[in-house]
Amino acid sequence: MTATHADYRLSQLDQLEAESIHIFREAAAEFEKPVLMFSGGKDSIVMLRLAEKAFFPAKIPFPVLQIDNGLDFPEVAETRDRWVQRLGVRLVIASIDDAIERGIVVDDGKTSRNRLQTPTLLNAIEENGFTAAFGGGRRDEEKARAKERVYSHRDEFGQWDPKNQRPELWSLYNGRLHEGEHMRVFPISNWTELDIWDYIGREGIEIPSVYFAHKRRVFERDGMLLTETPLNPLREGEVVTERTVRYRTCGDMTLTGCVESTASTIPEIIEEVAAARVTERGATRGDDRFSEAAMEDRKKEGYF
Amino acid sequence: MAMDLLRFATAGSVDDGKSTLIGRLLFDSKSIFTDQLESVEKTSQDKGHGYVDLSLLTDGLRSEREQGITIDVAYRYFATPNRKFIIADTPGHVQYTRNMVTGASTADLGLVLVDARHGLTEQSRRHAVLLSLLRVPHLVLCINKMDLVDYSEEVYKKISAEFTAFATKLNIPDLEVIPISALQGDNVVQRSENMTWYSGPTLIHHLEHVHVASDRDLVDVRLPVQYVIRPKSDDHHDYRGYAGQVAGGVLKPGDEVMVLPSGMTSKIAGIDLFDKEIPEAFPPMSVTVRLEDDVDVSRGDMISRVKNAPEPSQDIDAMICWMTTAPLRPRQKLAIKHTSNSARALVKDIQYRLDVNSLHRDLETKELGLNEIGRVQLRTTKPLLCDPYSKNRTTGSFILIDEATGVTVGAGMIND
Ligand SMILES: Nc1nc2c(ncn2[C@@H]2O[C@H](COP(=O)(O)OP(=O)(O)OP(=O)(O)O)[C@@H](O)[C@H]2O)c(=O)[nH]1
Ligand SMILES: [Mg+2]
Repeated sequence: MTATHADYRLSQLDQLEAESIHIFREAAAEFEKPVLMFSGGKDSIVMLRLAEKAFFPAKIPFPVLQIDNGLDFPEVAETRDRWVQRLGVRLVIASIDDAIERGIVVDDGKTSRNRLQTPTLLNAIEENGFTAAFGGGRRDEEKARAKERVYSHRDEFGQWDPKNQRPELWSLYNGRLHEGEHMRVFPISNWTELDIWDYIGREGIEIPSVYFAHKRRVFERDGMLLTETPLNPLREGEVVTERTVRYRTCGDMTLTGCVESTASTIPEIIEEVAAARVTERGATRGDDRFSEAAMEDRKKEGYF
Repeated sequence: MAMDLLRFATAGSVDDGKSTLIGRLLFDSKSIFTDQLESVEKTSQDKGHGYVDLSLLTDGLRSEREQGITIDVAYRYFATPNRKFIIADTPGHVQYTRNMVTGASTADLGLVLVDARHGLTEQSRRHAVLLSLLRVPHLVLCINKMDLVDYSEEVYKKISAEFTAFATKLNIPDLEVIPISALQGDNVVQRSENMTWYSGPTLIHHLEHVHVASDRDLVDVRLPVQYVIRPKSDDHHDYRGYAGQVAGGVLKPGDEVMVLPSGMTSKIAGIDLFDKEIPEAFPPMSVTVRLEDDVDVSRGDMISRVKNAPEPSQDIDAMICWMTTAPLRPRQKLAIKHTSNSARALVKDIQYRLDVNSLHRDLETKELGLNEIGRVQLRTTKPLLCDPYSKNRTTGSFILIDEATGVTVGAGMIND
């Protein structure tokens, strides 16, 4: 933070930070039981950092929730644990395997793990009685996200109704809920991928190593480079080669693609992101490729 | 070099080309990614268009693509070397006026589009009125589809004169009129070769250079308290900080301040931004203020200066934009949210309804229907710490919430 400006102007990154902190404080004050959805990826790390700033020197006044799909990168889980430990927040883990075992979600063998995250998440919200869940969604990520409010209302079934969103004026957020409903709150709605990297660089905060260029054994599928892992058996004709890559997003290991890159420092990543011609999800997310409205449909059901 | 930020919103009737313009702006400023463009090209083909429909870049919902109209605001982002832009592309359809208001409420600049063939419509007037009520300080009238009127200077002059005449009756401090073709790109990013008679700026040039920093109030200190920070840990045993986003003025350690509504005074002991003490705080910083005395301060209170404080009042006189089908009527009770404060409000009177075409004040109709605007008197259950909206967009605004459904049904701007 550049504290004083002779002309009292705040840089755009400082304005975004101030807006996010405002949202955190509003939601923490108004909702009985908020939780922060924390994947350990770069967006949720920035979100956690902003929460840390919003309440400092007090601890973050809510727990963090992770949906464990069993397919996360080990490096991401390690970083996540270090953040949780340093901040002294409570970590709630809702695992898909556990939800299947308990019969809460049904694994019919056809539905992807990615899709099973939604009922697992909704169940965790319901079981714990969370009334608000902070998410690290950004409006620049995808065209359905671009439409979503900062306070995004979910009905008793966890559904989003994109055609009937509440008006949201100024910075006056309406947190009214009925029994069984909850709110998704998106404090970094207005950040772009580049803002996230600028901020990570400025704050000097830890992110998982998979975001930096590294050597990895990968294979090609559906035009994406996927990592070699026993969790994702090779199909016929797929060949593993070692390449220098990095990840632009961190999701499910079996669906998230990496990009060939030699960017091994934050400034190099910023340079690469600024010059990128493909969106981060377009380049790397198998889950968005099925149809034009894949994200909208998943979000309606209650996805992150 | 620190980049600054401009938030702008589109406005105007349905089909006047708002989404196409935003698509064009993003496309010509090279802010579109190849996968986004491919998807738009494919959908355009599937729909049988003979051209790439750039409005599909912002019309992101399934029903919007099916109906070919915008239903809800889309937020898009792009940057030029000195400025980042947050765009709210809003719907023109009357039914979705509430979503236009959502997008415009935070804008520094409004882009009103008019179809050159049709000139001003009731909806373009309604949107201009809303932008002026919302005190969006800068306005650009884009006369669009100039390609369909042979790039005629006469058409430009006529609509420009018509709008300027209408605008003089509104509060619009800064107006620019630009003839464009969103479809062909004339005067959006590239200067038009078809309108050599036009010597003003291109749209992008204007957006890059319009001066917005001075729109902030740096005089009247207003800090609505959102959250009281009390760590109760060994390291910070006695820490007690009042957290909020500065809504006006400049705060410095040592300043004498008054806490409202109690009226108690104290001095600022320190201002914290995360783990650093800072020498001053100004809008729109989110900070934590510590006071020298142990006064009672809680969420909903306001920190201001002793001789310059907002008036605590239970009687509110405001312009209200009504956003639901069931009309607003006298005696109705609603929940009200103003800064970090919540209360209940009773509608005492609906003084008049504003006719958005003629700007005539209709004193007869004692109710406000969907998308109507009027002057309303409210009585609240407790004092709110109000400023006129003309002085402060944060402390002068509120929302009304239906207590049964929980839906936001009204937007209010407090009168002088
Ligand atoms: N000829 C011509 N057609 C245009 C121009 N700008 C937009 N159009 C067309 O006008 C139609 C409506 O454009 P949109 O951009 O969807 O209009 P809109 O203002 O966003 O409409 P709503 O959001 O539904 O209010 C489309 O068929 C566009 O291709 C222009 O400059 N010239
Ligand atoms: Mg549109």
